[in-house]
Order: sequence, then C-alpha cells, then structure tokens
Amino acid sequence: MENFNQIETNILNRIKNVNDHKSLDLVKTEIFGKKGIITELFQKIGNLDQGHRKEFASKLNNLKIKVTELLEKKLIDFDQSEINKKLRNEKIDVTLPGRTYFAGKIHPVSQVIDEVTSIFSEIGFSVEEGPDVENEYYNFSALNTPENHPARDMHDTFYLDRSKNLLLRTHTSPVQIRTMLKSKPPFKIIAPGRTYRHDSDQTHSPMFHQLEGLHIDKNVNMGHLKGCLYYFVKKFFEVEKVKIRFRPSHFPFTEPSAEVDIGYKIQDGKIKIGEGDKWLEILGCGMVHPNVLKNAKVNPKQYQGYAFGVGIDRLAMLKYGINDLRAFFESDIRWLEFYGFDPLDVPTNYRGLSR
Amino acid sequence: MITSLSWLKNHLTTKANLNQVAERLTEIGLEVENIKSSNDNLDNFIVCKIIKSQKHPNADKLKLCDVDVGSGGLIKVVCGASNARDGLFAVYAPPGAVIPKTNMKLKVAKIRGIESHGMLCSGYELDESSDKEGIIELNKKEKNIGDKYFKNVGEKTMDIAITPNRPDCLGVRGIARDLASSGLGNLKKESSAKINQKFKSPIKVSIKKEKIQGCGIFGSVYIKNVQNKESPDWLKKRIISLGLKPISAIVDVTNYVMFDLNRPLHAYDANKIDQEIIVRNSKKGESFEALDNKKYTLQNNMCAISDKAGVLGLGGIIGGTRSGTELSTKNILLESAYFLPSSIRKTSKILNIDTDAKYRFERGIDPDSIKLGLELGMSMILEICGGEASKFSIVGKIKDERKIIDLEIEKFSKVIGFSITGAEIKKILHSLGCTLKMSGKKIKVLPPTWRPDIKEDIDLIEELTRIKGYDKVPLINPEKENIKDVLNYKQKLFHFSQRSVASKGFTEAITWSFTDSKTDSLFSELKNEIKLSNPISSDLDVLRSSLYSNLIISAKKNIHRNFEDLMLFEIGPVFKGNKPGEQSTMIGAIKTGKYSRKNWIEKERNFDVFDIKSDALRTLNEVGIDNSRITVSNKTKKWYHPGRSGLLSLGSTSGPELAYFGEIHPSIIKKLDLRTDNILGFEIFLDNVPESRKKIREAKPQYMVSDYQKVVRDFAFVIDAKYSSGEIINLVKKIDKELIKSVKIFDVYQGDNITPGKKSIAFNVTLEPKDKTLSEKDIDQISKKIISTVQEVTGASLRS
Repeated sequence: MENFNQIETNILNRIKNVNDHKSLDLVKTEIFGKKGIITELFQKIGNLDQGHRKEFASKLNNLKIKVTELLEKKLIDFDQSEINKKLRNEKIDVTLPGRTYFAGKIHPVSQVIDEVTSIFSEIGFSVEEGPDVENEYYNFSALNTPENHPARDMHDTFYLDRSKNLLLRTHTSPVQIRTMLKSKPPFKIIAPGRTYRHDSDQTHSPMFHQLEGLHIDKNVNMGHLKGCLYYFVKKFFEVEKVKIRFRPSHFPFTEPSAEVDIGYKIQDGKIKIGEGDKWLEILGCGMVHPNVLKNAKVNPKQYQGYAFGVGIDRLAMLKYGINDLRAFFESDIRWLEFYGFDPLDVPTNYRGLSR
Repeated sequence: MITSLSWLKNHLTTKANLNQVAERLTEIGLEVENIKSSNDNLDNFIVCKIIKSQKHPNADKLKLCDVDVGSGGLIKVVCGASNARDGLFAVYAPPGAVIPKTNMKLKVAKIRGIESHGMLCSGYELDESSDKEGIIELNKKEKNIGDKYFKNVGEKTMDIAITPNRPDCLGVRGIARDLASSGLGNLKKESSAKINQKFKSPIKVSIKKEKIQGCGIFGSVYIKNVQNKESPDWLKKRIISLGLKPISAIVDVTNYVMFDLNRPLHAYDANKIDQEIIVRNSKKGESFEALDNKKYTLQNNMCAISDKAGVLGLGGIIGGTRSGTELSTKNILLESAYFLPSSIRKTSKILNIDTDAKYRFERGIDPDSIKLGLELGMSMILEICGGEASKFSIVGKIKDERKIIDLEIEKFSKVIGFSITGAEIKKILHSLGCTLKMSGKKIKVLPPTWRPDIKEDIDLIEELTRIKGYDKVPLINPEKENIKDVLNYKQKLFHFSQRSVASKGFTEAITWSFTDSKTDSLFSELKNEIKLSNPISSDLDVLRSSLYSNLIISAKKNIHRNFEDLMLFEIGPVFKGNKPGEQSTMIGAIKTGKYSRKNWIEKERNFDVFDIKSDALRTLNEVGIDNSRITVSNKTKKWYHPGRSGLLSLGSTSGPELAYFGEIHPSIIKKLDLRTDNILGFEIFLDNVPESRKKIREAKPQYMVSDYQKVVRDFAFVIDAKYSSGEIINLVKKIDKELIKSVKIFDVYQGDNITPGKKSIAFNVTLEPKDKTLSEKDIDQISKKIISTVQEVTGASLRS
C-alpha cells in the first residue's frame, strides 16, 4: 500500500498537465475507463483482507472525489477559456444602427380629444356624436337662430344644395338637438367633432374641431356651469390654480350667454396659462335657451341646464404651443412628427393626461 | 362700434377714467376689443416756422427752406408752395409720417439733388380742405413751435364688439345707458332745443300700400337756405375717430346722429327731388346710382325711396347720387325712418351692399326714435349751416309688438344660482328703460322700444345677471357620477383602432372632409359626386368619398419635398351622399417608399403588398377579429393594382367587407405625378367591424393543452400556378380539423426547373394530438392522406 500515495501523485500530476478537452477525455478514460487506474483499484478491494479493506476503500473513495472535482474544474476552465477566446474575436461596433422599426404618431387634435374626454368622463359626461352634414333646421332653426337672423352672419356656411337646406355643420351644437330628441332627460354629454366654416386665413381654417357640452336636469343652474368649466380648465391645462373670467356675451341658443377667458402671461417667449394679467378667450357657453329645449321636446318648465362649445384645435395650440392653425391640416410629415404623440400615450385620469 | 370717453360723457356723468369704463363695458357684455389712439400718425404733424426760404438751386419752382420745428437745430425741407416764405408758421411732417390724403409715408429723399427731411403740408394733403394751392398758413406765435398741429387726437377710442342682440349699443347713448345701469355714472337727460318750426314741408311724402312694405314710418324735415360747408373741428374729429371721412357738415351730421343715438338719418338735396317722395316697392329692372358710385339694378319688391322721376335710393341701405347733397346745396330734406329688418336684410343680401345704416336697421332700430333723430339732426344743421326748418312730417305707423313679461323673482335664483331682491330687480330694469309693475311675487315688465331682444323672462334674467355681474354667480363643484357609459362600442373602436394603426408606424394626419373632385373620382364608386355649392377653392369642391384622395395629395406634397419613405393614415368620415347620416367611418392608410433604404444590416427593399396586408390584418386582430374569422380573397377595387390587392372579409368571401389592401394602381400614381413607383394602402370599414356580444372573459373557451408531443412535417408540391396559397391551406386543414393545428407556407417558387404555368410550393403542417403520442405509423398515415388529397384535388405532384 505504500505505493497508494505514489499512484495518487501520479494521477493528480497527469490531470494537472492536461491542456485541452481532448487530452482531458483521454486522461478521464485512463483513470475511470474500464481498465482505468481507479477502476482497477476498486476491483482490488475485494481481494484485500478484512483489516485493510475499510481503510483502503475510504482512501480510494476520497481519491475518487478529489479526482472527479479536479476533472470538473479542468473542464470548466477549458469551457471558460474557450468562451473567452471566442469573446475576444466577437467584438462588434454596437454604435451601428439597429434593425428598422417604425414609430407612428397620433395627431395633436386626436390627443386633445382624448384628454378632454378623459376629463369630462370624470365628472359624469358621456360622448355623443352627430353627422357632419346637417340640415338647416338642426344647425340653425332648432337652435333658436331663425332665418334672416343676423346671428347667422357669424357663421359662414358651406352649402350642399341650392335651397340652402343641406350644409356642413358650422358648430357641434346640432348634436344637442339630436341627443335630446332621441332620448329623455337628464342629459350629460359632450360631443367632439369636425365643424366647418367658409373662412380661410391665418387664424381661420375652413374645417376645425369643436367640443360641445350639454347638461340638462331639473336643478342645473349657472353655478354648475361655472363649476364644470373651472374644473375642466384646471384639469386640461394641468395647473393648480387658474384665473378664469365669465363675461356676458350672446349666442342665440343660450340665455344668459357667456364667453370664458383665462388668464395668461408670456414668459420667455412662451405662453403661460393660468396667471398673468392678460385674458384669452377660450370658449362660449350659457344656460340653454327655453326655445331650444322646446324644439328638442324637453319641457323647459321642468328641465333646465347649460351648454358650452370649445375649439379643440385652439386648446391644442394653447397647451402645446402651436402657432399656426392651418398647419394642423396640411399633413406635412415634419409637423406631424414634431407635434404628434406616441400612440402609447393614452391620456387617462390615473396616469395623468400628458407626460 | 367705436367710441371715446369724451363722447360717452355727452350722455353720461361719470368720474371713471377710460380704463375703468373699458373694464366695466367688458364685464357687462360690451367687450372692448382694443383701445387705441384715434390716429397716432397725426401726432407727427407739428407747428413749425420757416426761418429762411430760398430758391432751389436746381429747380425754378421749388424752394429750399430752413425750418424750425422746435427740436433745437434747423431742418432742411424742399417745398414747392409759392406761399412758403420767411417767418411763416406752417405744418411740418417729418420722415415717417403718413400723409392723410395720399396715405404716402414720407422718407428722407433727394429732390433735384438736394435732400429734403420731411415736408410742409397743404390743407389738401392733410385732408382738411380741397385747397391744393400752397401750404397751410398758421396764425401762431414762437412759443407754439414744436406743438402738435392736431389737437385732441390723443384721445383714445375704444373698439367695442356689439353682439347682434344689442342694436341699441350701436349708438353711444345705448352704451352710456348700460354703464349708468351698472353703476358707473348717471345717464344725462336728452336735451331738446327749442326750434321755431313754422312752415309745412313743401315735399309731400307717401308710403305706398304694398303687400310687403319694407318701410314702417317715414319722418322728415325740410330745411331751407342752408349753407353747407366743412364741419367744425370737433365734429370732423369725431367723424375721423369713427374711421370715416368728413365730407360736409350735412353728411357729417347724419353720420354723427347715427353713431350717437343709433338713429340713421338721410339727407336729400331737396331741389333735386322731383316733386314728392314716394316710398314703394321697386320693379325688376329699375336702377339707380348709389352713393358708393355703383349702379344697382333692382329686383321686384325692394323698398325704394323714389320721386316722380324714379328711384332715389334704397331705404335704410344707401342713398343715391341723384339727390345727394353737395357743398352748394341750399335746401335739404332730412329723413328719419323705420325700415323692417327682414326687408333690409333680404335686399342687401341680394345686392351685396353693406353700410352702417343697413347694419343697424337689420338688427333693429328703435321705432320711437324718429322724432329724436330729426330733432338732433335738425338742430345741429341749423347751428352749423343756418337755415330754417319746417314742421316735422311723420307718415306711417307701426304696431307696437312689445309684450308685457311676467317675471317671477324666484326664477332668477333657480336659473342663476344666487338670489336677488325685488328692489334690485326694479332698480336695474328701470335703469335699462323698462316699465315695471309689481303684482305679488311677479313683476310685470314692459321692455323699452330700443330693446327688440327682450322678449321673455329669461331675457330679463340675463339682463339682471349681466348688470349684477357674472362674478356673482357661485361656483358649484361638479358631481362625479356617470349616468351612462362614457363611450359606446363604435366610439371605443374608433379610439382603439386609431392607436392600433399608429402603433404600426403610421403617422396620423387630419385632412379636410372636402377634396379635389378630380382626385376623389379616382377612388370613388359614387354615381354622383357630392358637390359643395360654395367651395372655398376649386380644388376643394366635393365631399370626399374616400380617405385616399387627401392622403395621396398629402403624400405627394411630402414626396416632392424629398420625404419619400412615408407612412400616413387618417381615421374619419367619408361621404356617400349629401344628406345627414350618409357617411361612414373609415381608416385609410398608405405607405410608400422603402422598408429599409441603404441599410448596412438589411437588404434594401420597397414596401410591398405583404407589409400592408400584415398592417391591415394585425389591426383587425387587435380590434378583436381573430384570423380564423377573416377570409382573404383577391376581390379588389378599381384604384388598386388588379393583381396585387385583395379583400379581407368577415367569415366568407361574400361576408361583410372589413378591409381592402394592396398596391395603388400604377396609372393613378402616374396620373397624379407622385414620383414614386409604389404606394401601398389599406382601407378599413370600421362600421363593418362587429361588436362582440360577449366580453373576452366570456367568449374564451376553457384553457386546454395537450400533454403529447407536437409533430411538424414539411411538404413540397409542384402545382398549377392558378391555385392560391389560401386554397391549399384550407384544403390541407380540412383533412383533419382535430389533428392539424396549423399549415404554414414557407416557400413559393416559380422559375428555373419549374414548368411554366406551375409553381413550387412548400409548407409545413403542425400536428397536435389530443389523446396519445403519435407513432411513426400515425404520422405516415396522415402524411399520405395530405399528399393524396392535394394531388387528387389539384393535380399537383410531390416535389422530391
């Protein structure tokens, strides 16, 4: 048994001198193969006498564990050095551009419609729509704007027939009438949509977008109108405080009527909404005229409420600092990409309206 | 409506300054749009003294003057006036000033080789007289040098936006009344001068009885022996401040009264009236020359003021040159009448005339102001031009259509949200000119004659709120309770699909709902285009029947700007007819150019039909339509490449159309000069996307997976080219619907080694057993069945 130590040293040295996978496999066979050194030693155990057997078996087992660990370590080392070698040859220029992907954008008007809808949905409004082509009755007469009324001059109208009965709606207000006629009060709706006026210059575009609001119930008064719009303006411009002014005005379909101004100032060449001593008109509103309710088959002795109309494009311009209204509809890809929004930016109440 | 503080003070006693007045006006609904100096330019004109005047060295008729303008040194001015002489006080205009008559802006200029710094002005150039000869000679002293020549031009004017319901505020007095009512001063009593009117007007006036007579009342006064002249300074300045030109005292007075009392007047040269005035309806073809120097030919039934010889003018709209006053006019007839708004509006629309008088009459003039207007106009003319006035002649009468309104005091707080006392109501309405009578909880109110807009109680409530102040309305926080769902299915679909398409790389455009008929017809199957009667321009003359029209026009503009790789889409209405509701909601998307251009890692290639097909399909998948419900066929529309386009329909080929996709027809690309060789597009019919009756959680079957190995086998056939991949897939799938999970085409080839008219097609079939692991025998069996079925049905041969 004196040569057990010798054998052990011998084995360990052979493993130590192994330099690659192939010779490692060879050494493995030499040690653990059918006729391998350790295999043969194990076979000898049976021939030993009782007194030596236990000690030898234990020694041999320890040697086996030691050798196995050593072989495994060698294997890992080789794998590692092979990987390292590979890695040294696999350096690429990661500053090169990646594969093509396409990112689209949402138009600012669509984004603002979503923002506004989100805000009004929080205070109980639902969304209604109406057709772009209207007849004279819904667009004017039902809204207490009889023919030959000078108020009609405020709306330059696109007509589709000679008798001037069919037209492109000049405002979203006809949706008020359609909504009330098809259902029963109470009503609490907003109606965003395309509107058209025969007007085209720096600040007017023949098509633009409006948002109509209507709230009719038994006890809705002008204070509710004020509260609703104050809430809206504050939320929309995402400011804590906002200076807001209700100023008497005239629309045939509301009485009393008001225009709403918000305070602003110019700071570092940019408009700042909410403070300052300048006023900017942003919407028109009022208490729905009893004649309009009558035309919509709602009893004005029982029901009353407010309506408002706001220019969506104008809201977008103010909030996002866009100067030229007409550029909205020119589809210049540079403009659309500059002012557009990521499709994943869905305005919600809980995540916030805008990033 | 333009006015100034000093003019307001003719009617209002107030201590308020201009800013306070402007602020209050805006608060009560008379919005002051801006405040400006009536004419800043006039401040440029300065009293000067010619120190020395000598002959221009290079011109006989010109003079070279050294002028003292009070700025220290002397200024050299070249002047052509013969009266320019040493020691003369004159009016100097520096470079930068605009000459009122010619609107010419002065510059430092060389005149015959000598620089002239400004100009010495004639009365003609300053629009003050018709005298072109010589410069103005002033009677001034040394201390006046450097003074502004135009006094009081510094007075600022307010431009007030008057809403159509407030004709009364188209006169200064109406504005003053509102201010007084709001507590900013007291309204002065109307002053009436005592004039001796002894004789009867020699000109007979009659209003002819007509079916629809546009004139209700015709009041007039005859003034003889007047001496028409330039208006006095104060009047001229008022007229100029309105943005009008002073013409003569008589004309200026009529304008002044119109703006002062909202009471249009008209002055006729009485000597030019042929015997009498007849107010009658015109006959078609009658014509007259109006004061705007245009000749108008009339239709039937326009309200014509005429005499024995014919039409003199259009009542309440414009007078005629035949009876116009001149400086030489000796006798005048001054008219103060009431014309019906509807008649005025109709006539002026047909003839396209807009005048200050028309603007006022169509909104409603106080029918009770006839005499008031005559009195003020007459006394001003007598004062300025002298003469003798006749007794007033007032012909005609109109019905007082005012009704007594019952106002319940409590209704105010119910509508407005705060309360008001009966006493306050009385005070405010009284100050606005209403006549009131208490009757229990109600107040009986008769509105004044100048307020045609006050018809019912809500109008009175508005008046009360306006005068009390909108800031008194309380702010009530909104309730956060929903009556119904915020969005319905169609609306959700709209918003979802919008972002779905954008997330595929398309940028959203919003274009007009109208477009160019020539372009739209390329993408339309409508029999009749939907024409606008009054398009904004000839290339926006129809409502679009396709989203492609404007998208392609937009693409063209971008491509021509060298943005050649583009992906654009729009979601919105297209029109099928010109009636309300004849529209549908669609998505149109186009892509053009290359998928990858000059790319180091990817092969450069154009966008192709399979890019756009995937975009359309994925969008439909995302809005909830599974591929298993979509049938792809080669049905197409005329605006697509006939061989490179198709239809995605719901269920079967003949099911509802979900989307067309494909390459835009090459002849359209050429015709529209798009400068690209490929435009791909899809159109999704959102209205055809069905609403699922079940929520996703209800519609999904139970989750089941097979524990057994799936098996994939490849097949390749040479097959007649007429068979589409879709047909082969369907054929194979049908062989064992349980076992065959999917069939995927991975290669299609035509060319070398393949007989013309045939194609090689390779696909793999995935088998997913549900109850056991497939044995080699099982797999063999199904493979053989696939091969034999394809061969039998299509005559294909297996490719080795």
